[in-house]
Amino acid sequence: MAEKMALAKAINESLRRALETDPKVLVMGEDVGKLGGVFRVTDGLQKDFGEERVIDTPLAESGIVGTAIGLALRGYRPVVEIQFDGFVFPAYDQIVTQLAKMHARSLGKVKMPVVIRIPYGGGIGAVEHHSESPEALFAHVAGLKVVSPSNSSDAYWMMQQAIQSDDPVIYFEPKRRYWDKGEVDPELIPGPLHRASVVREGTDLTLAAYGPMVKLCRQVADAAAEEGKSLEVLDLRSVSPLDFDTIQTSVEKTRRLVVVHEAPVFLGSGAEIAARITERCFYHLEAPVLRVGGYHAPYPPARLEDEYLPGLDRVLDAVDRALAY
Amino acid sequence: MTVESSAARKPRRSAAGKTGTAGTGRSTRSTVKQGTEPELVQLLTPEGKRVKNAEFDAYVAGITPDELRGLYRDMVLTRRFDAEATALQRQGELGLWASLLGQEAAQIGSGRATREDDYVFPTYREHGVAWCRGVDPTNLLGMFRGVNNGGWDPNGNNFHLYTIVIGSQTLHATGYAMGVAKDGADSAVIAYFGDGASSQGDVAESFTFSAVYNAPVVFFCQNNQWAISEPTEKQTRVPLYQRAQGYGFPGVRVDGNDVLACLAVTRWALERARNGEGPTLVEAFTYRMGAHTTSDDPTRYRHDDERVAWEAKDPILRLRAYLESSNHADEGFFAELESESEALGKRVREAVRAMPDPDRFAIFENVYADGHALVDEERAQFAAYQASFADAQGGN
Repeated sequence: MAEKMALAKAINESLRRALETDPKVLVMGEDVGKLGGVFRVTDGLQKDFGEERVIDTPLAESGIVGTAIGLALRGYRPVVEIQFDGFVFPAYDQIVTQLAKMHARSLGKVKMPVVIRIPYGGGIGAVEHHSESPEALFAHVAGLKVVSPSNSSDAYWMMQQAIQSDDPVIYFEPKRRYWDKGEVDPELIPGPLHRASVVREGTDLTLAAYGPMVKLCRQVADAAAEEGKSLEVLDLRSVSPLDFDTIQTSVEKTRRLVVVHEAPVFLGSGAEIAARITERCFYHLEAPVLRVGGYHAPYPPARLEDEYLPGLDRVLDAVDRALAY
Repeated sequence: MTVESSAARKPRRSAAGKTGTAGTGRSTRSTVKQGTEPELVQLLTPEGKRVKNAEFDAYVAGITPDELRGLYRDMVLTRRFDAEATALQRQGELGLWASLLGQEAAQIGSGRATREDDYVFPTYREHGVAWCRGVDPTNLLGMFRGVNNGGWDPNGNNFHLYTIVIGSQTLHATGYAMGVAKDGADSAVIAYFGDGASSQGDVAESFTFSAVYNAPVVFFCQNNQWAISEPTEKQTRVPLYQRAQGYGFPGVRVDGNDVLACLAVTRWALERARNGEGPTLVEAFTYRMGAHTTSDDPTRYRHDDERVAWEAKDPILRLRAYLESSNHADEGFFAELESESEALGKRVREAVRAMPDPDRFAIFENVYADGHALVDEERAQFAAYQASFADAQGGN
């Protein structure tokens, strides 16, 4: 029975289902137990599944990921929380050097079914290190998979699929969308984890985004429609692997592509998309692939974040530029 | 020695008690009690004399002559294998080798203390422990030859892959031990690391996690005095075993060149783990007799006097002296072992020389367990590129 729930609650329900169905699933992180996480994503889980399965850890991110690797070696499927995007870097070594490479260096003997949840992105007026979008730093690493849901249903099902995956999955949660509500149908048969979806059909230009920027792109498409422009919106859902086939199909139709993400444009996922789509769709494109994202500057203080983050007008501006070619 | 090497001579390292005297204005901490020789658990003196130890004798009380000869055999064969690997590197058959020369007792003693269901997390120098776990020595050489990054199934012998980035594996061991505890098993886990790795944050975090969760893990630190060119003084101002105290679990320093003491102390520590008493830190005080690896040149940073002094504490010689003085082994045993050693060397040599290069498509193997579209795409591009040469040559 489908139910309307906030994105954070959808993740919570998904974790609950995983804990119920697979005794090897563990939830671990800072404050995930009694408090239920600083965003309450793990609310009530420790109460129902106990301290052995929903584990409050010491405040040491490398330790969290490193012990999760050991637990995975023992046959567990840990779902670890990194409290905020900017806190992941103490664990970066364990993620890049150990977690990502373990399967390959064991010649396939060892599997690493570890999910790393990271609330990410800005727009909530937070202090430094609480608003970053480091997805490209993980997508660049072979051995990792990187996903980011944009809505409650995806949040629920992509978490189920991430936990079932035998590969390590970095699961980026769009923290500013935690409270957005959407339908979740626990009976649904979900599509593949790494397939993009067309969330709005259009003919004049394709907007590609994931996580928090999908909602913005829908709003951009609404605004453009009032001006008589028909925009197609893709929810990429997965940053590694990227579903280039779906993007290609869309761009062959619309002939124009604008990629939107909060992360800095320079060497961001949009750069890879632009390069690949230019290669694949060279004779279809009417305009260069444009990108809208953050600047090559540290994430600014909260009072300036609206200037830094892609907003309606900045994306519309890119749309206009692409259409002007 | 030349004037130059004399000028570059480092402070002597025989004393662990030179800490706490730097000009910080703080008094020397009372935790450092060592004089010229460190206090450590020893059951066999360097001369091979059995000495009593009230605390640890019980852990080797029932040891049979056969088992003692077994320990000796393990050490000799491990040293022989190690020497062969060094030679193979010099002959260009291996790209690199990290010798364990001098650390045989620490590794065989601790390795033989483990049970089959225990799990071992090594660094990249634990060839003796691998031997004890039943990992074929030739499997260790693949990564040093450059044909793979780990040539054995970790679950085949409960011996994890070698870990090159130092200290990382102590967290894996801790996590694994947390899992053992969750499973209600009475297995234990042992994590190897060195004096250099003791400075890593991951080691500190593994101490914290294991203590907080009371994980059944033994931290076995082989303090071989040198982290490439840096002496232990560059890593710590207190004897390493004392660090455990700050985390709330016991630490003990053992003579790392005394195989009997290493066996006893590790048995004790593993037993604590099995009994639910949590982690233990064992510091095996030993010496890296050779270079850090075949790429290293220790004459640039340490004086040979030091190595010579440690030669007198050789782990193999002292057990041999004990075996002989107690009539536990005769000439026939030693002669037979000698020919077994040579056979091992020959087998390793032949296996390495016969080790084929991997197929070029191995690059794309096992990057992911569940596959990845980009890897598939790039593998196909690589195949097409390779095939283009065959086309150009008119072949197929």
